[in-house]
Amino acid sequence: MLVQPDRVHRSVYADPAIFDLEMERIFGRAWLVLGHESQVRNVGDYFTTRMGREPVIVSRKNKEDVAVLVNRCAHRGSLVCAEGRGNTERFVCPYHGWSYDTAGTLQAVPFASGYEKDKLPKGLKAVPRVSVYRGFIFASLADTGPGLEEFLGPARASFDDFVDRAPGGELEVAGGVFKHAYNGNWKLMLENHLDGAHPAWVHASSVAVARNAPDPGKPGEEHYSDIAVRQMRQNGAPDAVWEAIGMWTTPRGHGYMGDYHDDSRLVTGLGNPVFDLYRKKLIEEKGEAEADRILRVTLWNTIVYPNCSFMSQFRQLRIIHPLAVDRSVVYTYSFRMKNAPPAMFRDTVAFANVVNGTGSWVLTDDLEVYERIQHGLSSGAVDWVYVGRGHGRDVQEKNGASRGATGTSEIFIRAQMRAWLDYMSA
Amino acid sequence: MNAEQFLYHEARLLDTQQLEAWLELFTDDATYWVPLEKDQREPLETSSIIHDDRTLLELRVKQARHPRAHARLPLARTVHQVGNVMVEEGKDELKVHSTLQVVEYRNDKQRVFGALVEHRLRPANGSFKIAHKRVDLVNSEGELDGIAILF
Repeated sequence: MLVQPDRVHRSVYADPAIFDLEMERIFGRAWLVLGHESQVRNVGDYFTTRMGREPVIVSRKNKEDVAVLVNRCAHRGSLVCAEGRGNTERFVCPYHGWSYDTAGTLQAVPFASGYEKDKLPKGLKAVPRVSVYRGFIFASLADTGPGLEEFLGPARASFDDFVDRAPGGELEVAGGVFKHAYNGNWKLMLENHLDGAHPAWVHASSVAVARNAPDPGKPGEEHYSDIAVRQMRQNGAPDAVWEAIGMWTTPRGHGYMGDYHDDSRLVTGLGNPVFDLYRKKLIEEKGEAEADRILRVTLWNTIVYPNCSFMSQFRQLRIIHPLAVDRSVVYTYSFRMKNAPPAMFRDTVAFANVVNGTGSWVLTDDLEVYERIQHGLSSGAVDWVYVGRGHGRDVQEKNGASRGATGTSEIFIRAQMRAWLDYMSA
Repeated sequence: MNAEQFLYHEARLLDTQQLEAWLELFTDDATYWVPLEKDQREPLETSSIIHDDRTLLELRVKQARHPRAHARLPLARTVHQVGNVMVEEGKDELKVHSTLQVVEYRNDKQRVFGALVEHRLRPANGSFKIAHKRVDLVNSEGELDGIAILF
């Protein structure tokens, strides 16, 4: 067995044949996060992305529904839509001019008399299942399988937190997309984002320089650099902080981290007049008790297995696209709360730069370590990866989630690998 | 030193890894900006590959010297090739446009960057200080491996 309770065989990360099978059995079946409804607000809006290795178009085909279409002409196979986003009535293949409406139905074929009419394809292949949870667009390449809400299970709470924090529930993707790539397996990123034992080592250098930087200003007297400095310092939290955080996983391999970070970490955070204005808006809408309940939720990273990692509290979302067994690219998105004070979005952008930026002090060290792991795992001299921290001490919660005995338990890797095994052996 | 020579001097400091001396070229109120998007108009509402004030820029230089800066140990070897220098005279500052090609080598991997660059220079002691530097990488919107060098 490649996956055992507290260890994983290195070939799971390094064998191209296993990677091919993952694309079929995991990325070909699971619900994948594709984006957010704000990216396709009006009829005809579209953007291109990938589901595993399949190039797809996400298209607003009518007021109610979003279509997800395989971006491949039914004729000779060209991409019908160049990479990017926009608004259109038709996707027209650049090769022979076959055209499709925004639902993917074939509309016109030049030299049509040359074809037997009943043999013409009907249109672009539509991805069979598309569903939306609180504005986030998901799709699955499999005809059947669990519904989206069942798939998400307790991880729904993280999306709820993401949306509940926005006055009026209004969120939109904004502020640019980082696309950072690394020479390593896709799973390495998902296994890193809930790992509270790594920052002290991987991020030692950025923690050290941030500690010696000027202290962040008091509310109303902040500096531009404060968000970066605070976030880098936070990575150097004492061991006791990491041990005390909440670490939950779900049966489908999702996971989320809580009790680590609160709103005081943002420049316009607790005590700042801009944050007070934001809180007032939430109170006007939901009442004080509910507003305070929402703001007391302190979720940090959430993993939606197998392709997404997000931070509801600070409105960051990352989608991972596996390119090869040893090559991955991560697209990162920021979200604006449309009805919140504009200054809060500036914090989100500065936060994105330090957490997800391709040139960040922090991210560059993560990418370096992913590559070193991949390099190490390409060696056949040692077979096993050991993921036993906290093994045997997991706590079952009432809502179906399991909680790590401590915040640095490797429960999240074990849960991901259990889900991996379920997909791969089904 | 004229503005063109100053740009060569700056590039030489980077290529010889004299990062502290390079940092000293910047004014206290300097900004150093590598935009994420083509024709990006501002750095506060849209993310940037790098957008630093002087405080943050200093953290980059200090990180490069830290004994556990994994992505910077060893520091990449680079060549910054400056070209097409065009100087616009202004009242208190010069605006200097140039092109930049950077060859980066580290851990058996070599890559090339190309960029349009804008400097705003303030005369100081017969030379200049950099008040603002903007580096528009031609592939800023593309899929990029981590960037741990300075342009």
